[in-house]
Amino acid sequence: MSSQLVQPSEEYLWEQYEDRKQQDESYLVGMWTFLSTEIMFFGALFISYAVYRYKYPEAFYAGHEYMNVALGTINTAVLLTSSLTMALAVHFAQKRKRWMQIGMLVITMFLAFGFLGVKFVEYGDKFREHLVPGYNFEWNQANVNRLEASTAPINIIPSLKAGSLPADSAISHDAQMYFIIYFAMTGLHAIHVIIGILIMMVFIVMLVANHPSVRYHMPMEMLGLYWHFVDIVWIFLYPLLYLIPR
Amino acid sequence: MSVTQLENTIPESHPQKTYLNDGNTIGSWLLTKDHKRIAIMFLISISLMFIVGGWAATMIRAELVEPQGHLMSHETYNKMFSMHGIVMIFFFLIPSIPAVLGNFMVPIMIGARDLAFPRLNLLSWYLYIIGAGISLAAMLSGGVDTGWTFYTPYSSVYSNTHVTMTIVGIFIAGFSSIFTGINFIVTIHKMRAPGLTWFRLPLFVWAIYATSIIFLLGTPVIAITLALVVLERTLHLGIFNPAYGGDPILFQNLFWFYSHPAVYIMILPSMGVVSEIIPCFARKKIFGYNFIAFSSLAIALFGFLVWGHHMFVSGQSVYSGMIFSLLSFLIAVPSAVKVFNWTATMYKGRISFDAPMLYALGFIGLFTMGGLTGLYLASLTADVDLHDTYFVVAHFHYIMVGGAIMGFMGGMHFWWPKITGRMYPEKWAKIAAVITFLGFNFTFFPQFILGYMGMPRRYHWYPPEFQTLNILSSIGAAVLAFGYIIPAVYFIWSLKKGPKAPQNPWRATGLEWEEVPSPPPTHNFARLPIVEREAYDYEWMDGRDDSLSAASVAGGKGDG
Repeated sequence: MSSQLVQPSEEYLWEQYEDRKQQDESYLVGMWTFLSTEIMFFGALFISYAVYRYKYPEAFYAGHEYMNVALGTINTAVLLTSSLTMALAVHFAQKRKRWMQIGMLVITMFLAFGFLGVKFVEYGDKFREHLVPGYNFEWNQANVNRLEASTAPINIIPSLKAGSLPADSAISHDAQMYFIIYFAMTGLHAIHVIIGILIMMVFIVMLVANHPSVRYHMPMEMLGLYWHFVDIVWIFLYPLLYLIPR
Repeated sequence: MSVTQLENTIPESHPQKTYLNDGNTIGSWLLTKDHKRIAIMFLISISLMFIVGGWAATMIRAELVEPQGHLMSHETYNKMFSMHGIVMIFFFLIPSIPAVLGNFMVPIMIGARDLAFPRLNLLSWYLYIIGAGISLAAMLSGGVDTGWTFYTPYSSVYSNTHVTMTIVGIFIAGFSSIFTGINFIVTIHKMRAPGLTWFRLPLFVWAIYATSIIFLLGTPVIAITLALVVLERTLHLGIFNPAYGGDPILFQNLFWFYSHPAVYIMILPSMGVVSEIIPCFARKKIFGYNFIAFSSLAIALFGFLVWGHHMFVSGQSVYSGMIFSLLSFLIAVPSAVKVFNWTATMYKGRISFDAPMLYALGFIGLFTMGGLTGLYLASLTADVDLHDTYFVVAHFHYIMVGGAIMGFMGGMHFWWPKITGRMYPEKWAKIAAVITFLGFNFTFFPQFILGYMGMPRRYHWYPPEFQTLNILSSIGAAVLAFGYIIPAVYFIWSLKKGPKAPQNPWRATGLEWEEVPSPPPTHNFARLPIVEREAYDYEWMDGRDDSLSAASVAGGKGDG
């Protein structure tokens, strides 16, 4: 794929491979295979989302009202930018420009921390509003009033006419389902972000130390693919969770 | 398959440097990156788990000898069959052939020095050990009583047993499967020797490839589903609990989306083993190579579309029931294609009944029985009667024990000389194969009748009129146990006392027999082989052997 960018060198060849071409291609096939596994990982949650959104459209609408769209949008921008810097880091790895690569990785990591920080603020808001599913989840008349006062186009779901939303336990459970799905999906995504950060840290340390194994550009490409996957998952999560009526 | 080796590097007279004597310290095993040593470590670990699961099975059969069993309390019985299921499925059957025989043989069969990612392979063993250890600890420190299916809301709300810890173990072991799958897919795609095209691959490799696809696409789904059960249990959520608006059918959908394909994880590699054994002991090229190869892929793909037949009576819609029923019938087609091709291979062959062949023949018979009774269960109306009876239990044991374990034992006997460099005692092996076959049928055939008469599964009290058949089944289980103990004894015996195995004791085709000494050296091939012939070219090999009757054929020289 990218072996034409730098001259193939036999320097970083594991003993099970015949040549660098075979090794590079094995890395690529392996990473894409792993990403297909990852898709199925999130797939189980996406199908749960579909099932419950179909079953409880009102509750999903009600739940999304508590999403901070501004923060979600900022986070989308942050993550997309980090994908760009990661792509640049891969580019500089291929060109063997070590310090540029380190710089790009540091920026990517910084953006990833920013993403987590915003997520931390959002999760904190949910804690304060008693919207974290579990023992402390609360859904009462106040939530319903707020929903009815909202300015969003409420005619999307006919049963959401003013005054028609009971604050009884049924809608409470249904609304809780939205937040379970929300925390499960964004939580699994955040775990992937954290793993990405940890790998970036290892890379940065090894690059600064000029460790021989990071002179080989394929591991960096693998990290890039992983990071783009994390980014793409968020591109699906953002509209599904934040932009329900739009 | 024929091979030109440019130079024969290992003289017969010198003591060989093999993967077994290349380092004798514990560290040289625990930190090895050699796929052969990792396969041996997997063999030892899954054998230990088999003993645990087998012990649970023994207790179950002992309890069921009398209608009102006095051996165990209800709770203990529930924990016993749960332990049997969890250990046998997640920690024995699923890793059995892929992680042991596949790990050992696939790189050699395709002419590679190792798997593509040896360190990942080692990690996969450690994850297996950690997962198995956690689950085993949970089961021994109080057990789990949900059955291996973990149906909600029982598992997530009501069960007071160690559900969380067991699931954590299974979750971790799942990554072991995923990494094994990634390794095989990359290795088979990228590491084949020159000339070894896809349609020259041994069919065992095709089967492992299809299995890996299921590993990759199925395992993550059950991992996340079981993780949700743990969250529901620990945080008091209602994801799958109808009392909180959750949908238990969703759990069943997600669970069977993995767990039905998991059956094909168990059976496909066994089919691959049988595809190796049958041509060798019939001395004929395999009949319908392409059909067998593609039927493996077809099983892997169709396998993902039939999960709903586990939920015919769970409240799933009638229309999805009808579609799943139809699709379940369809998957019988590729399975039947394989069976017909194996029998056609044997037709007019020169058949010899060595132990691996006996196991392979046993596989064909038992798998056919298991497959055909599966069609009863795939029929909507029949399943309403037969669901959750011993008919189901008998059916899936015919597939998993009669099919998967017979294939595993056949493969173990077939490749034992290659793996250890020692021959096992043929006479005892034949006796064990016959005992296994008879004991198996005695154990599980009565269960078909019991189920048809209406005995539900997972109950340990039953009406007295069922006792005769239950006793028959328990006696059969005792016989079956001997069928497994005898090979365990002579395999261990053969490690020291068995006669030294030649490079190719079966005169079989394939790189692992033609190119590599028994046991193989650490890096398998001194010089990578070049493949010039189709797989299973026994007519060519026998013709060559006749013309070179006196000369040694060990190096595979002289052709092309």
